[in-house]
Amino acid sequence: MAILTEEQTMLRDAARDWVQARSPVGAFRKLRDSGDGAGYDPALWREMGEMGWTGVIVPEAHGGSEFGYLGLGLVLEETGRTLTASPLLSTALTAASALLIGGSEAQKEEWLSQIAAGAIVAALAVDEHAHHAPEKTALTAVKSGRGWTLNGGKAFVPEGGAADLIVVAARTAGQPGDADGLTLFLVQGDADGLTRTALKTADSRGYANLTFKDVTVAETAVLGEAGGGWPILEETLDRARAGLAAEMLGTAAQAFDVTLDYLKTRTQFGQAIGTFQALQHRAAKLYTELELTRSCVEAALEAIDNGSADAGALASLAKAKAGETLHLASNEMVQMHGGVGMTDAHDAGLYLKRARAAEAIYGGASYHRDRYARLLGF
Amino acid sequence: MADLEAFRNEARSWLEANYPPSLKTPMTEDEAPWGGRKAVYKNPDIKLWMDRMASRGWTAPTWPKEYGGGGLTGEEAKVLEQELRRIKARPALMSFGVWMLGPVLLEYANEAQKKEYLPKIVRGEIRWCQGYSEPGAGSDLAGLQTKCEDKGDHYLINGQKIWTSYADQADWIFCLVRTDTSKKHEGISFVLFDMTTPGVEARPIKLISGSSPFCETFFTDVKVPKAQLVGALNKGWDIAKRLLQYERQNISAGGFGGTGGGLEIEDIAKKYVGTDADGRLADHDLRARLAAHRMEAKAFALTVRRVEQELRAGKGLSPATSIIKYAAAKLNQDRSELVVEAIGLQGLGWSGEGFSPREIGETRAWLRSKGNSIEGGTSEVNLNVVAKRVLGLLDHQ
Repeated sequence: MAILTEEQTMLRDAARDWVQARSPVGAFRKLRDSGDGAGYDPALWREMGEMGWTGVIVPEAHGGSEFGYLGLGLVLEETGRTLTASPLLSTALTAASALLIGGSEAQKEEWLSQIAAGAIVAALAVDEHAHHAPEKTALTAVKSGRGWTLNGGKAFVPEGGAADLIVVAARTAGQPGDADGLTLFLVQGDADGLTRTALKTADSRGYANLTFKDVTVAETAVLGEAGGGWPILEETLDRARAGLAAEMLGTAAQAFDVTLDYLKTRTQFGQAIGTFQALQHRAAKLYTELELTRSCVEAALEAIDNGSADAGALASLAKAKAGETLHLASNEMVQMHGGVGMTDAHDAGLYLKRARAAEAIYGGASYHRDRYARLLGF
Repeated sequence: MADLEAFRNEARSWLEANYPPSLKTPMTEDEAPWGGRKAVYKNPDIKLWMDRMASRGWTAPTWPKEYGGGGLTGEEAKVLEQELRRIKARPALMSFGVWMLGPVLLEYANEAQKKEYLPKIVRGEIRWCQGYSEPGAGSDLAGLQTKCEDKGDHYLINGQKIWTSYADQADWIFCLVRTDTSKKHEGISFVLFDMTTPGVEARPIKLISGSSPFCETFFTDVKVPKAQLVGALNKGWDIAKRLLQYERQNISAGGFGGTGGGLEIEDIAKKYVGTDADGRLADHDLRARLAAHRMEAKAFALTVRRVEQELRAGKGLSPATSIIKYAAAKLNQDRSELVVEAIGLQGLGWSGEGFSPREIGETRAWLRSKGNSIEGGTSEVNLNVVAKRVLGLLDHQ
């Protein structure tokens, strides 16, 4: 654990208490069983806004607390522990980051204050296929009389169905595969010509496919410069990756804690199964991976807060490492629980399903290994 | 904070005035400043640098001044470390005394012992070796049998140690001995003695890498003054374990270190494997594995940094040192395997024509790295330690 300031400690403790009291895993299970397509509980989301979590990275001038990404990461780690389904990451970290990095004063004033107040849900729509590939953006935006007209599709957009505001990556020049020629647009969820189809995924979160048919936005909807979307998008994605990695660290840590507890209580052959060295060593290795992952996640969040040049590489490191560790932790959770881990009544399956989705979003481990190698020049 | 900046300025100007210019090249293995009575200095500036640093106590920066240390706070020591790194200074002294024995003497030794041993460690006068493992006591260290009998005015030691690092070059040994055969852990004591005492013999062991960093060490009727027992009789196991924590901490902080000579693994691979039109390593499978390794190495370095920060924040020497030793061993072994693979058969040279000294160095470093998961506690023992002490899992009955 990083050495925390007093404010950060208070933030983490408040998140821990709230999550245990208001949003244990059982709350997520109930949400899943309700079949509600939104993928989150609006009442819990409102409470998160009231506690100020939606404004952690937002400047005070726009109604936030400016506690930084490490602070928000502490909250996400706690919500990740109980699989709390909410638009917190999508709204208060990802979309807020895009606005912070690329937004004009007017855009920030209009949207960041609403995000900080918990008044809206926001999303980032970047990928168009099942694999993360931001440079492959094909959705087009063409200059038209009143501004720009968007045509194309976006796939698996987290919170895409519920979002009031969507940051959309569009191609205004070049070919899919080019980093150049991308532009970011702020599109409202109820825009004419925008169709949203909710997806039912194994992790029971809110994803939607979006279809843009002649969606027209004003010139003021451009985030940053036309054609200058890539650097904003890449930096936004890096922050989202680090934030998601913090959530995944929490999920993996909880999967481990639950499993460790089971090793100490489940008896076979007349003793706790945790006395068997075959399981002890696997538990110790998993613990080692968790410690290594924590270092990466905290370093990535701190690098973002400090504006360090290596924030991108550290974000890739954090996302890849968190993905691998969560992958292992979720598999070990099922295996070490034995048969009961295969039942729907047990939470192991919920962790396993969330793990795989979180691993893939914003790039899996192989995507980030490739990117890390490129950043290191090989 | 102002004080810390003043210290930084003072340290910086002192280092600039006192660091010998002849030491600005990378250190070679035979230039390592181990100190001791038998040391031979290829370059007299190596000794000069040691003496200058020792005169300020900066070879053991945080030890109290009364024992020759620098008396620095943790924060000041960090600043000193940064300033040393800034000028790319070589280590002034490499020493088991500083890394392992000193910290436990500060904690467990009596005043007379501290005054006797610590200043000589700081000055690099005495080179220490570690008498721990025995032929019958490896992972089961507490099963050691080297016998130590009370002969009234002295102790009499008989037995054998093995894997004693550099015993043939050391001046003194810190040694675990059995003083009670009726108990296991509670029958072990921690004694210090001179390697020139009659009855002590060290024989180097040749390893698969061709080098001999370890010895078999034999004790035949070795007489040891009773004042050289550290802590209480039969209470040596606590000291032994504490020292192991420092050993693992130290191994991990420095890593096992490859022989890259400043070259990153991807640069070595590019040289031997080549790149494709996009500038990527031509062997894409190897590239993916190298990337994974580099990320692991970064995760490890960040973890070492975090553990040090926690240590400085007063959270104590964490049991996480055991995960760090385990991770460091795996990392260095993975690196060595990847380097040899990247170099191809050119990376399996043993000696003579056709191979550069660096290539031969990599072959031998790869072989040497196999010991990383054995020395200082095997990886399996380290995992046991994590399972029991950190995770609270119980012994099998």
